[in-house]
Formats: sequence, structure tokens, C-alpha cells
Amino acid sequence: MKKMRGIGLVVLSAVAFLAVAPPVMAQGDLSVGRKMLNEDNPGDLWVDIGKELFYQKRGPKKVSLEQCDFGMGPGNLPGAAARMPRYFADTDRVEDMESRLITCMTKLQGFDSNELMKKAISSPRSKGSDIEALALYVTSRSNGMKINVTLSHQKEYDAYKAGEYIFYRRNGQTDFGCVQCHGEPDKRIRLQDLLHMTVKAGAQEVASTWPAYRGAHYVVRTMQWRLNDCVWQMRLPDLKYGTDYSIALTTFLNHRGNDAVMQVPGFKR
Amino acid sequence: MADPMKIRATLQGDTADVRILMRHPMETGTRKTSSGVVPLHFIQSVIVQHNGKTVLDAQWSQAISQNPFLGVRVKGAKSGDKISVTWTDNKGDKRTDEVAVAAGS
Amino acid sequence: MKQLRRNFLKLSGGAGAMAAVAAAGLLKAGSAWAAPWNKGAFESKAVADAQKNLGATSLIESKDIIITAPDIAENGATVPVAVTSKIPNTQSISIIAENNPFPLAATFEIMAGGEGYVSTRIKMGKTSDVRAIVKADGKFYTATKEVKVTVGGCG
Repeated sequence: MKKMRGIGLVVLSAVAFLAVAPPVMAQGDLSVGRKMLNEDNPGDLWVDIGKELFYQKRGPKKVSLEQCDFGMGPGNLPGAAARMPRYFADTDRVEDMESRLITCMTKLQGFDSNELMKKAISSPRSKGSDIEALALYVTSRSNGMKINVTLSHQKEYDAYKAGEYIFYRRNGQTDFGCVQCHGEPDKRIRLQDLLHMTVKAGAQEVASTWPAYRGAHYVVRTMQWRLNDCVWQMRLPDLKYGTDYSIALTTFLNHRGNDAVMQVPGFKR
Repeated sequence: MADPMKIRATLQGDTADVRILMRHPMETGTRKTSSGVVPLHFIQSVIVQHNGKTVLDAQWSQAISQNPFLGVRVKGAKSGDKISVTWTDNKGDKRTDEVAVAAGS
Repeated sequence: MKQLRRNFLKLSGGAGAMAAVAAAGLLKAGSAWAAPWNKGAFESKAVADAQKNLGATSLIESKDIIITAPDIAENGATVPVAVTSKIPNTQSISIIAENNPFPLAATFEIMAGGEGYVSTRIKMGKTSDVRAIVKADGKFYTATKEVKVTVGGCG
């Protein structure tokens, strides 16, 4: 009996230790470096690249993207990204920034959508893809404005609810859902701290910092890339670019992040 | 063709706070890819000029990060003054960009 | 004679060489004439050699040199480092990552119109002291700050 109690005490104290052990790197240790990198973000170089691509006459139809409607009328960019994802009547679906760009680049400019999607995520250390630069430019036109994803259309509401369901749903061989990594404070993968997205501040950071310069890749990354990477982390099948799954999750997170001030490009490790 | 820099020069009192973002691979010569080791390729020199006068002359090694950043401060600056930045790499490639000093907020 | 001239140029460092060339009338006013790249210093594998090649025979510890850098670098390939020198007549600022294969990362010559301040990002192979060497009024001053690196950033 004495022996068992002794083991019990060891187990109890070990559990207690785990429960109260502080994270290895407190936020304060990382804030100096993050502030310096955020203030001068190489991602800014791609804003101008995206702008040039936006106004250039491109594709088989040799037109610019000025006729692309991001929800506020053709070519009206200020504030458009802050309200996305949103429903678009011409495609009868909710689209996020990247899928809307694919829609416009195929319909207006005549590009092949499969080709666009294949090249949408660039290789690290490359020049970056057209969509990465365009997504950054168009989103940057909402810089300084508040995220305002309204759920006024039924399909927008459906996307939100689907995204919420997906966020909490555990899947696959690892039994992971987004919530496992992003549903509690002070979680991390190795030394990378994970955003707590079920609270306002975490959701606001998601909504307002993509597209972002991914330091370790030396290119701009979009939310489509980020979700695909998360899905890979969870050992789930790859996401098709612009799939409803990703748009639903983005709608859910961006709406939860409403009132955050758009500030892109973000800077990620 | 070297990619353009992004330069911001903002007046703070009579000092211009200059921030320069550059696109450059800054290869260390030790990175291996499937096609072999990527050769040394890095910016060796950066010159910052204020109204045509050199105020900073930087020598860099391959240990400066890819897509480099340089922040400097220039004394005795006025709104509208010209800040010009020139980089030269170990292959002899060059790039010069310039901006006018903007009034601070 | 040739050897003497070579030694003179080496001893006087970049600025000395520039002055000699300017005096010879070879330097055009307003041209962007870069100081010759200090191969000896940049290719030094030991911190002591890098210092010697910078002309810094003796170093004075100084609290007037402020190194702004993270305690822990999230990515060793992009470590932000800023050096502020409050020492009057700062002529140059050099940044050394002591445990890098080639410790000297950069050296900045500051002319009359420049402030004793530089900010950049460096690659660090592993946890190391980041050392700033400031030349002011012909004397050399120094300060260090340790930066922990978890994921090394050299190759």
C-alpha cells in the first residue's frame, strides 16, 4: 500500500508539473524580433509586383483585371478584401480572395484555371506566383480598414457554419481538428507558438495578416497555402486549390476576426 | 536584371529615417539542392547617398539574410532631399534606386 | 617600394585608401565610390583575425553601443540586428556573429552625414554572441549581446 501511494504521488506531482509548467518561450522573448521583422517586411516588395500584374493586359484575351469585381464593383479595390470571403452572383458561390482571382483570371483574361491552380503556390526562394502577388496587392488595398465579413447571403451563412463545423471536427488517423492546435492558449509545435483562434484576438490576427511573407520560404504565402499546410500537418488529403472546404474555414475565421485592422503583408517565421 | 528596391525615407526632426528593402538571393555558397551546390552570390557593397554625397558605405558578407534589409539615419535632411541607394554584388550586378525624403507624421 | 605602399594601404584601411585615391585626383565628386571589399576580414574564420583585419588591435568595452536583437531568433536565417552607437564621431560599425563559420557579417562606414546607427538582418549558424565593433576617433569600442538560435540559418 505504501509503495502504491508513493507511485501515486509521483504520478500526481508529474501531472501537476505538466499542468503548471510555463511555455519554454514566453511571448515576450519573441516580440522584439517579431516587431523588427514586421516593421520592415520584404513582402512589401511583392505589393508593387502585384499592382503591376493587376493593371497589365494579360492572358489570351489581353485584358487587365480592372473589370474584376471583388464585391464592390468592377475594379473598386479599397475595402473589398476586408469583406471577403463573400457571395458572388456571377459564380453563385462564396469565394475567397484567391478563388475570386482565379474566377476573374479565367473569365476575363482567358487563363486556364487548372494551369493557374497548379502554379498558384510558388516554390520557396522563387520569384513567387502571380496569384500570390495579386492576392497581396488587392488585399493591401484594404490596409488600415476594419475586417467586415457580413453573413447577409444564405450561402455566406452556410459557409460560416460549415467552417465552424470543420474547425471543430476531428478527422483522420491522427484524430486532429483545427481546434486541437488552435483551440487553447499557449500551445506550440516544437518551438512555434500556435494562435489561439477561438478567442477574438487570435481570429483577428488570422483575418488581418494574410497574405504574408513567409520568412523561411522567402516568398509571399496566402491563406490557401496555409490551410493546405495545416491539412498536411493533420495528415489529411491535400486540399484542392480554392475548394469549398478552405473557403468555409476562411469565412468562419475572418468573420470571427471582424473589426481587426487589415495590415498586409504579415510576417511569418 | 536586378529587382527594384523599396526605399522609405521619413523625416524625424532633421534626421531622415531611411529603410531599404532589397530582393537578392544572398547565397552562401553552401546550400545544396538536387542539382548541386548553389554558388556564392551576394551583395558585397551598398552605398547610401544624400543629395549626391555618400553618407554610408557598407560592405556585406554572404551572412546578410536573403532579401536584405538596411536601416540607416541621415543627418541634416530636409523634405524633398534625394536619397539614393546602390548595391553591387559579387557577380558585378548593380542596382540603384532613389526616393525623396518625405515629411514625417 | 611596392610592398611598402601595399602595407600602407592595408594599414590605413578603407578610408585611408580612399583618401589617397581622392588626393590623387582619381575620385570624381559625387560618384558612388565604394571602399574596397575587406576580403581579409570577411574570410577570417576566427573572431580575433576578423578583428585584426578590421584594424581593431585593442577593443574598449562600451555601454554606449546598444545592440537591438531578439534573445531568441525564431529563424536563424533572418536575425534582425540593429546597432546604435552613442559614441561621438563614430566612423564605422561592424557586426560579428562569433560562432559563424565566417564571423564578420558586415561593416558599415559612416560618413559625415550619417548617424551612428545601422539595422539589418543576419544569418546565424547557431547560438552565439553578436558583437558590434565601433570605430570612433580612431579608437575601437565593442559590446556584445547573446542571441539564441534554435534553427540555424547558414545553408
